[in-house]
Amino acid sequence: MTAIPRWADVILVPLLSLLLAFLLSGLVVLWIGENPLTALFIIVKGSVGSPYGWGYTLYYTTNFVFTGLAVAVAFHAKMFNIGGEGQATLGGLGAALVCLAVEWPHWLLAFPAAVIAAALFGAAWAAVPAYLQARRGSHIVITTIMFNFIAFALLVYLLVHVMKPPGQMAPESRPFPPGAHLPTAHEMLAWIGIPFSKSPPLNVSFLLALVACVLVWLLIWRTRLGYEIRAFGHSETAAVYAGISPVRIIMLSMLISGGLAGLMAVNTVAGEAERLLIDSVQGAGFVGIAVALMGRSHPIGVLCAAFLFGILYQGGAELEFEMPAVNREMIVVIQALVILFAGALDNMVRLPVERLFAMVRREAS
Amino acid sequence: MENAALARPSGVAPAIELRGICKSFGPVRANHDISLSIAPGTVHGIVGENGAGKSTLMSILYGFYRADAGEIRIHGQRTAIPNSQAAIRAGIGMVHQHFMLVHNFTVLENVVLGAEDGPLLAPALANARSLLTRLSEEYELSVDPDAIIENLSVGHQQRVEILKALFRQADILILDEPTGVLTPAEAKHLFRILRNLRDEGKCIILITHKLQEILQVTDTVSVMRQGEMTATVKTKDTSADKLAQMMVGRKVLLRVDKTQSNPGDIVLETRKLCVIDAHDVPRLKNVSLSVRRGEILGIAGVAGNGQTELLAAIGGMTPASGEIHIKGQKIRLSGSGADPRVRRQLGIAHVPEDRHRHALVMEFHAWENMVLGYHNHRSFRRGSWFMNTFVIRTDSMERMRSFDVRPLLPETIARSFSGGNQQKIVLAREFSRSPDLLIVGQPTRGVDIGAIEFIHQRIVDLRDAGVAVLLVSVELDEILSLADRVAVMFDGSIIGERDIKDTDENELGLLMAGIAGGPA
Repeated sequence: MTAIPRWADVILVPLLSLLLAFLLSGLVVLWIGENPLTALFIIVKGSVGSPYGWGYTLYYTTNFVFTGLAVAVAFHAKMFNIGGEGQATLGGLGAALVCLAVEWPHWLLAFPAAVIAAALFGAAWAAVPAYLQARRGSHIVITTIMFNFIAFALLVYLLVHVMKPPGQMAPESRPFPPGAHLPTAHEMLAWIGIPFSKSPPLNVSFLLALVACVLVWLLIWRTRLGYEIRAFGHSETAAVYAGISPVRIIMLSMLISGGLAGLMAVNTVAGEAERLLIDSVQGAGFVGIAVALMGRSHPIGVLCAAFLFGILYQGGAELEFEMPAVNREMIVVIQALVILFAGALDNMVRLPVERLFAMVRREAS
Repeated sequence: MENAALARPSGVAPAIELRGICKSFGPVRANHDISLSIAPGTVHGIVGENGAGKSTLMSILYGFYRADAGEIRIHGQRTAIPNSQAAIRAGIGMVHQHFMLVHNFTVLENVVLGAEDGPLLAPALANARSLLTRLSEEYELSVDPDAIIENLSVGHQQRVEILKALFRQADILILDEPTGVLTPAEAKHLFRILRNLRDEGKCIILITHKLQEILQVTDTVSVMRQGEMTATVKTKDTSADKLAQMMVGRKVLLRVDKTQSNPGDIVLETRKLCVIDAHDVPRLKNVSLSVRRGEILGIAGVAGNGQTELLAAIGGMTPASGEIHIKGQKIRLSGSGADPRVRRQLGIAHVPEDRHRHALVMEFHAWENMVLGYHNHRSFRRGSWFMNTFVIRTDSMERMRSFDVRPLLPETIARSFSGGNQQKIVLAREFSRSPDLLIVGQPTRGVDIGAIEFIHQRIVDLRDAGVAVLLVSVELDEILSLADRVAVMFDGSIIGERDIKDTDENELGLLMAGIAGGPA
C-alpha cells in the first residue's frame, strides 16, 4: 500500500528535495558573501539562456542519461551498479579503438561501429562483477567499485605505454580520422537551415540517448525479459518460484547496464574529444547514480534528472566564471547537496509528505 | 461498550481498560472506538478475521503504534504507552507469534537480555537463575536455564518468551497466536501454564483464530470485526458456531461438503525422496508417497517437519535426491531441467505455503501476478520479445472474476489486497490452467473464514474434476475436512499414513508429536 498518490511520489517529493538542496546551497552562497538569487540567475541563464548554454547543457545531459539509465536498469533487478565510471571508461576505450582502427569513410559507418564497440566493452567490464555476484555471491557494490579503479589504471597504462603516439607529451591517443567525426548540433541543424551555436560539443549522441530512453522503457515494461528483471528485483524468492533463473537475470541486467554506461563514452570520446583522453568520463558514472535515484529508475525521470544535472554542470561552470568568490569546489558542494537530498535523503522529505497526506485524508473523511 | 463491565468483580480496578481507542492507516480504519475492560486473574480471548484489527490493537497496547484517540488505563491509572519500554514498565509482556530470541544465546542470557540492570552480567544472571527455578516449579514452566535456544523445541522456546516477560515483572501477558507452531500436547501444556498464571492473578490476553482454544482456555472473549469490537461475552455462554457467526457477520459452514473420492491412475509418486539444506542438514528423509487422480492426500504435521521441503522438491524449487515420477515418467531432480518452469510444463500447479515470499510479487499489479510463472506461455507473447499485456489484462480480469477476487481491479498492487484475496489471486492462477497435479501448502493461512469456505470448495471441485491434490497444512481441522488420505510428517519422514475414515484427531495428534501408533 503506497501512502501517497503517484504524482506526489514522482513529482512532489523530488521537487521538494530539490528545493531543500537549493535553499541550503543558497545559504552557502550567502555565507561566502554573494547573493544567492544572482547566483541562481547566472546558473539558469548560463545553462538555458542561450543556444550556447543549451548546447553544453544537453551535451552533459547526454552523458547523464546514459549513466543514469545504466544504474536504473540494474536497479530494477536490485543490483546496485556503482561501476558506471569504469564501464564508461572501457566504453571509451572500445569506441576509440574502433575509430582508430580504420580510415572511416563516413560517420554513418563510424557511429554505429563506435556505439557497438562502446556498448560491448562496457558490458564486458560489467560481466566480471556480474558473474562473481551470480555464481560466487561476491557483492556487486564492492566488485564494481573495485573495477572502477582497475579500469582507470588500465586506461592510464594503455595511454601512457601503448596508445600515445611517440614523441608526444600528453597521455592521449592520436586524433581520430576525419571520417569518424560525429555531426554536431550546429552541423545537423544547419542541414535543415536552423542556425545554432558552433562551439558546444552537443552531437548526434544526444539523439541516441533519447532512443535509449525509449528502448529502456520498452525493455523494462513491455518485454518478457523486463518482466523477469522486475520480478527478480522485487522478490528473488518469487522469481525462483516462477522459474526465473537468478543467474540469468543478474548477468543480463548487468550486461545491459554496463552497455548503457559504455555508450556514454561515445558522446565524450567520439563526439567531443575525437581522441581518447585520460579523463573522458568526467565523473558521469557517479552522477548517474544520483540521476537514477532522483528519476525513480524510470526513463522519463532519468531524462528529467539528467537535464537537471546538465543545468547544474553548465550553469555551475558559468557561475564559477562570473562570480569570482564561487570557485570550482563550491560548485561541487552545490552538486553534492542536490545528490544528497535527491538521492540519499529521500526519506527525509518523503515521511513528512506521507504524514501530510494522511492528515489531509483524515480531515476529508 | 455494553459489556465493558462484564468481567469486573466489584471493587477491583480492571488490570487493563481501553476507552475509545481509534487508529487509522490512511483511509483504512484499523481500530474504531474500541473499549474493553479485563479484570486481573482472567484469561481473555480476542478473536477476529485477518484484518479485523486485533494485531493493531495489541500493537497499540505494546507501544508499537500510537492510538489516534482514546486512552489506556492500567490498574485504574491512565497510562501513556509511547514505546515498548513504556509497555514493559507498565507491566505488559508480549509473546509474539514469531519469537524474538537470540538463537546462539542460552535461555538465561535471553531472559536477561535488555534487562541487565547494570554494567555487569553476573548479578542479573544469578537473579534470573533463582527466578527461573522458582517459576518452573510454580507454573510448570520448566526450561533448562543453560540450554542454547537453537537446541530447544518450539514449545520450550515459547516458554522462554513467557519467562522473559515474567522476569520483567509483567502481570499483563499478551500472546499472539501462541499455538500456531505447537503440537496438540504442547498446546495443552501451554494452556496449563496460562491457567496457573491466571490463578496467580495475572491478566492474560490470548489472540487466536482457533475457536476451540478460545473455548478451552479463556474466561471471557471479545470478537473483532472490521476494526470494531462487536461483542464481549463470557466464554461459558457461547459456542464455536456463535463466535464464528459473530466474526464473519453471517452463518458459516465449518465443514466442507464432499462426496466419496474416486481415485484413478497414479499421478505423483515419490520414492525415497531426500532433501539436504544449505547447512548440510537433512530436511527430508526417504519420503515415499503417491497421489492418484481424483484424490486429496493430506500431509499433516507441526510446521517445520519437512513439509516445506517436500513441496519445494516437487515444485522444482530445491534440488533433491531419490525419485519423483509424474504420470509414470521419471523427472530430473537436480541440475538443468529441474526448475519450476519445467515442472509447470509437466502439469504441476504449485500453491506455495508462503504467498508473500513465493507465490506473489507483492509490488506487482494483480494482472502481472496472474501470469507469474506462466509469463512465457505462447498466448501471452507478442513476437519473441514482448509480452501481450492486453491479452494478459483481459485474461486476468476473467480469472479474477471467476475466483471472486475483490476488488475486481487488475491494476491494483498485490500488496493492497487482503490476505484472502491475495490467496484467491494465487489460486486463480494455479487452478485455472487445468493441471494434472496440484501441490498446495497452507491454502488458508491468514485467510478469513468467509474465504476459507470458498477455497476449500474449489480444492474439492478440482479433485472431483480428476486432479491429483497434495495438500500440506498444519491445521489438523483442514486436513480432516479436505483430505481423503492423510500422511503425517515428523522430523523429515512420513511417520504414518491413514485413510481419513480410519483415524481421528487424537491419533493424528500423537503422530504429529512423533509417537508412532499401532499397526498402520
